[in-house]
Amino acid sequence: MTATFTPTIVPAIPPLQVGSFTLRSRLVVGTGKYRDLEQTREAIEASGADAVTVAVRRERLFDAQGRSLLDALPLDRLTVLPNTAGCFSADDAVRVARLGRDLLEQLGNPGSRWVKLEVLGDKATLLPDPQGTLEATRELVKDGFEVLVYSSDDAILARRLRDAGATSVMPAGSPIGSGRGVANPEAIAILLQVLKDPTHGGQPGFPVIVDAGVGTPSDVTIAMELGADGVLLNTGIAHAADPVRMAHAMRLACASGWLGARSGRIPRKLLGSASSPWNGTFVHIPGE
Amino acid sequence: MKLTLNGQAFEADGPLTVQDLLRRIGREGVPCAVEVNQSLVPHRQRAERTLGEGDRIEVVTLVGGG
Repeated sequence: MTATFTPTIVPAIPPLQVGSFTLRSRLVVGTGKYRDLEQTREAIEASGADAVTVAVRRERLFDAQGRSLLDALPLDRLTVLPNTAGCFSADDAVRVARLGRDLLEQLGNPGSRWVKLEVLGDKATLLPDPQGTLEATRELVKDGFEVLVYSSDDAILARRLRDAGATSVMPAGSPIGSGRGVANPEAIAILLQVLKDPTHGGQPGFPVIVDAGVGTPSDVTIAMELGADGVLLNTGIAHAADPVRMAHAMRLACASGWLGARSGRIPRKLLGSASSPWNGTFVHIPGE
Repeated sequence: MKLTLNGQAFEADGPLTVQDLLRRIGREGVPCAVEVNQSLVPHRQRAERTLGEGDRIEVVTLVGGG
């Protein structure tokens, strides 16, 4: 009989506070690009996420109606985070945010209080438009939203977004859906220092969530090891050959990175350092 | 009265409120959000908001997204 590997209990990972929201899971997942609604639901469950992003789109009034995403998701257990994906101007992003809020109010979901702001520069790169993003952040904060802002990994822009009242800044690891992971870890590390380190005017409790570009569990772990508070991803799970299995892997990777980042890694050395004692060896050692 | 509904021409006899329109297209009681001429009509104000000639209406919902 084959013995089953039973891991020991993982130490508790504290919830993530994002504005007025307390998230049990530091992994936030999207609901797009799945084969069907059943797979969407199963993958979200496997990811452990208690917040999921959704998009606002035209009702298909003139063709056949099937089941909608709203029927498939356990809305009593999930906080829905509506996005402004596909917007290329601050004005359009504000319109879409207000529509999303109105929908979530009707559903009685707490997600009506927040929005994932995306103001994109163009359709090819899907990189954020910094100026439009900043304008929309100001407008939405004024309108009472808790704004989680999709941003580039530029630390100075991130600080401006925070100062404009953003609830969280969410730098892209790499372009949306690219699967290239954290392309510039040093830029993310600088951004984290600027936003979180009190010696640089930062606030340790200010939530930074790496959003976009994540392809593999190790990408999630790297983001968390850098000191991110959470990771938001969609395509890395939804387009994996086995999305449900990948969702489990991403959940574990997120926990792994969080624990690793707080366990005090060993210093890097150029040369080796033996794990077994030299004392008591009884063989010839070159050079001795 | 000529309206544009989700980008398509839509002919309706007036007077008509947003709520009337939603009833006519089978969307009453279904979660959706409505914008008239790029301005949100909050769901609680649908019965009071009357539509006029040439209004451009968007009826939107939530779909899968990242």
